[in-house]
Amino acid sequence: MSVRTLTINNIPVAIEEGATILEAAKEAGVTIPTLCHLEGVSDVGACRLCLVEVENINKLLPACVTQVTEEMVVHTNTPKLQEYRRMAVELIFAEGNHVCAICVANGNCELQDAAIQVGMDHTRFPYRFPDRHVDVSHSQFGIDHNRCILCTRCIRVCNEIEGAHVWDVAQRGENCYIASGLSQPWGEVEACTSCGKCVDACPTGAIFRKGTTSAEKQRDRAKLEFVVNAREKQEWTR
Amino acid sequence: MDLTELLKIANAERNKQKSIRVHCCTSTGCQAANSLSVKNNLATAVKESGLSDRVEVVGVGCMGFCGRGPLVQIDPEDTLYEEVTPEDAPSIIDALNGGVVKPIQGDSQHPFFARQMRIVRQNTGKVDPESIEEYIAVGGYQSLYKAIYDLTPTEIVQEISKSGLRGRGGGGYPTGLKWATVAKMAGEQKYVICNGDEGDPGAFMDRSVLESDPHLVLEGMAIAGYAVGANHGYIYVRAEYPLAIQRLQKAIQQAKRYGILGSQIFESPFDFKIDIRIGAGAFVCGEETALIQSIEGKRGNPVPRPPYPAESGLWKWPTLINNVETLANIAAIIREGADWYSSIGTENSKGTKIFALTGKIRNNGLIEVPMGISLREIVEEMGGGVPEGEIKAVQTGGPSGGCIPASMLDIPVDYDSLSKIGSMMGSGGMVVMDRATSMVEVAQFYMEFCREESCGKCVPCRAGTVQLDALLTKIVNKKATMDDLTKLEALCQMVKDTSLCGLGITAPNPVLSTLRYFKEEYLELIQANNLDVSLTS
Ligand SMILES: Cc1cc2nc3c(=O)[nH]c(=O)nc-3n(C[C@H](O)[C@H](O)[C@H](O)COP(=O)(O)O)c2cc1C
Ligand code: SF4
Ligand code: FES
Repeated sequence: MSVRTLTINNIPVAIEEGATILEAAKEAGVTIPTLCHLEGVSDVGACRLCLVEVENINKLLPACVTQVTEEMVVHTNTPKLQEYRRMAVELIFAEGNHVCAICVANGNCELQDAAIQVGMDHTRFPYRFPDRHVDVSHSQFGIDHNRCILCTRCIRVCNEIEGAHVWDVAQRGENCYIASGLSQPWGEVEACTSCGKCVDACPTGAIFRKGTTSAEKQRDRAKLEFVVNAREKQEWTR
Repeated sequence: MDLTELLKIANAERNKQKSIRVHCCTSTGCQAANSLSVKNNLATAVKESGLSDRVEVVGVGCMGFCGRGPLVQIDPEDTLYEEVTPEDAPSIIDALNGGVVKPIQGDSQHPFFARQMRIVRQNTGKVDPESIEEYIAVGGYQSLYKAIYDLTPTEIVQEISKSGLRGRGGGGYPTGLKWATVAKMAGEQKYVICNGDEGDPGAFMDRSVLESDPHLVLEGMAIAGYAVGANHGYIYVRAEYPLAIQRLQKAIQQAKRYGILGSQIFESPFDFKIDIRIGAGAFVCGEETALIQSIEGKRGNPVPRPPYPAESGLWKWPTLINNVETLANIAAIIREGADWYSSIGTENSKGTKIFALTGKIRNNGLIEVPMGISLREIVEEMGGGVPEGEIKAVQTGGPSGGCIPASMLDIPVDYDSLSKIGSMMGSGGMVVMDRATSMVEVAQFYMEFCREESCGKCVPCRAGTVQLDALLTKIVNKKATMDDLTKLEALCQMVKDTSLCGLGITAPNPVLSTLRYFKEEYLELIQANNLDVSLTS
């Protein structure tokens, strides 16, 4: 195994070749905000929160999909990055209908966490108030598209870990939404195994277990890691 | 098929051709203006006037002067007729017999034609795009033969590098360097993709090349395949281009029948087959990674690069992806040599470029000009200037480009000069605007386009273009404040710096360039709002 050494916010790190900047940052104890990244599934580089500056490279690089190189000098929290991250979170809040007070994930929401992390207390952009739907046709779960931030973690977890591919993106641009099956009600999708991994993967309260009310959503994130480890490393105990 | 046979076909075809050829455009533009009836009537008139032994009517590709179609041109005397109706046909044929010349005659020596330099469009308007023999008669497929038998793949790549050819799809990436990268990649399978998605509003250069001279593109692809070690090519064409698709299909079949495509081309060990993939007409599917996803049958979403397609492209194999016009330059470079090609153009932009000249301009259509020609020559001399009033700006590069003010018309048209002033070459759209055009509305138009075409994958482009469009609309409607302008500027920068693919990265360009050269128009609209506010409060 070949090792790469680099610095992140002036902290030296050594990590194996092929690792991402995000992994190296974790090693160095530096937190980089993320939303679309989820341990255990592939990365898509979509939310752009994890962008970092690398010296001598004139564009910002997504830490979740950029591999480290030797003597890379990374800065994760420059004023420019702080401003862009804040703006990205503002855009997300303005884009959907996020009403924390009545949300199952209140207090346990990665979007809320991101807002706090980047210091966003209001959005300078007008709310779009899109007309979105709630699908509670499934016997155990529901999806409230108002709270969806299109991170596509549910799609990947269902596709890559459960192997059911219940979810995909329909439409494009601002009209994108997470579609179940062939854009059917979730409850009618025969491919769904009701495993609940998407509930655990969802960063907000968009996908939830029926019967949970405000601020009650709990995630078993460790379950995903457990399943992946079980498959890949044959570790069957938790 | 070997060289002797190829030359024999060329000779037979030349001997078969009549001494006078009446060329009638059958491309999309002229077809829409009823050119197929014109062609039929011309053929009938030839038959009825008893000229069949020396005159033939040939359906050809686009002659470029699309705003005045249907076009009919007589070879070799080079008479041009514009806006021909089916009823005009008999008198055009009559004129060949000494009859009276019709008033619809155009000027084939007009700067619009005379200032052009045709490399890519060399055969366009002269050969029947549906006949491989006509293509072979003008020297077609001899470059491919030369590539296979006289050159090694490395020599071809060197030749393309030396020619200075850069990608015509927008980015201007050096073509030789791209070929060299793919050629060096290990991999038992490699692909060549021809990007014919052409989604920029107002652009139709690639469509015209595909419709008018499909074999030229196929030949370029096959040479590319030989040079990089690929045996399979895909042409990605949008479904909105049915005629291009139909002619490509026909061309591929004809070439296969002659053993010029398929297995053991020209009886050499080189195999190369070409398939067509039809896109559903999304702008973003022109972006290379999205295009590859689309060919694989997936949703056309861009994916982060690296890895670049050259390393891991179609089904993860090394893939060369080039634009239609880029590939249409290849046969000429192999035939005439890199030195010839690099003698045309400027230091860093070699060869010619096709532009679709539209907007407030007298002569609309397609022109192929040498790189480095000034924007003024194109707009004022070739285009004939604006019909009424004065030029205000020229938009180049479509939704990714910018607006160049009239005061800068003397800049040379090449990759670097255009990007230095905040616009870009793009794929070749050129929209002329007069004094009556509101630059803020222009910026809003392009932003609306990007908003509608955003794939929705990444946050800055999906949600950012929506807010940018809303801010611009607010300004246009005289409802904005200075605070909105600040937001607009900040958000433009953010979307540009943080988006995942070229669509989002370049979406703010029309706004940034109009802010740079026409800021007073933004300020006037904002002041108009302030006046309203102070009146009502
Ligand atoms: C949003 C977007 C749309 C694009 N559309 C096209 C297109 O329609 N045709 C094209 O050739 N290249 C297009 N490109 C550029 C391609 O990604 C790619 O760079 C090009 O096909 C490479 O060919 P070239 O090197 O010959 O220019 C587009 C890029 C972006 C970001
Ligand atoms: S920049 Fe726009 S088009 Fe490109 S990936 Fe992001 S959302 Fe899609
Ligand atoms: S976590 Fe890297 S782009 Fe979302």
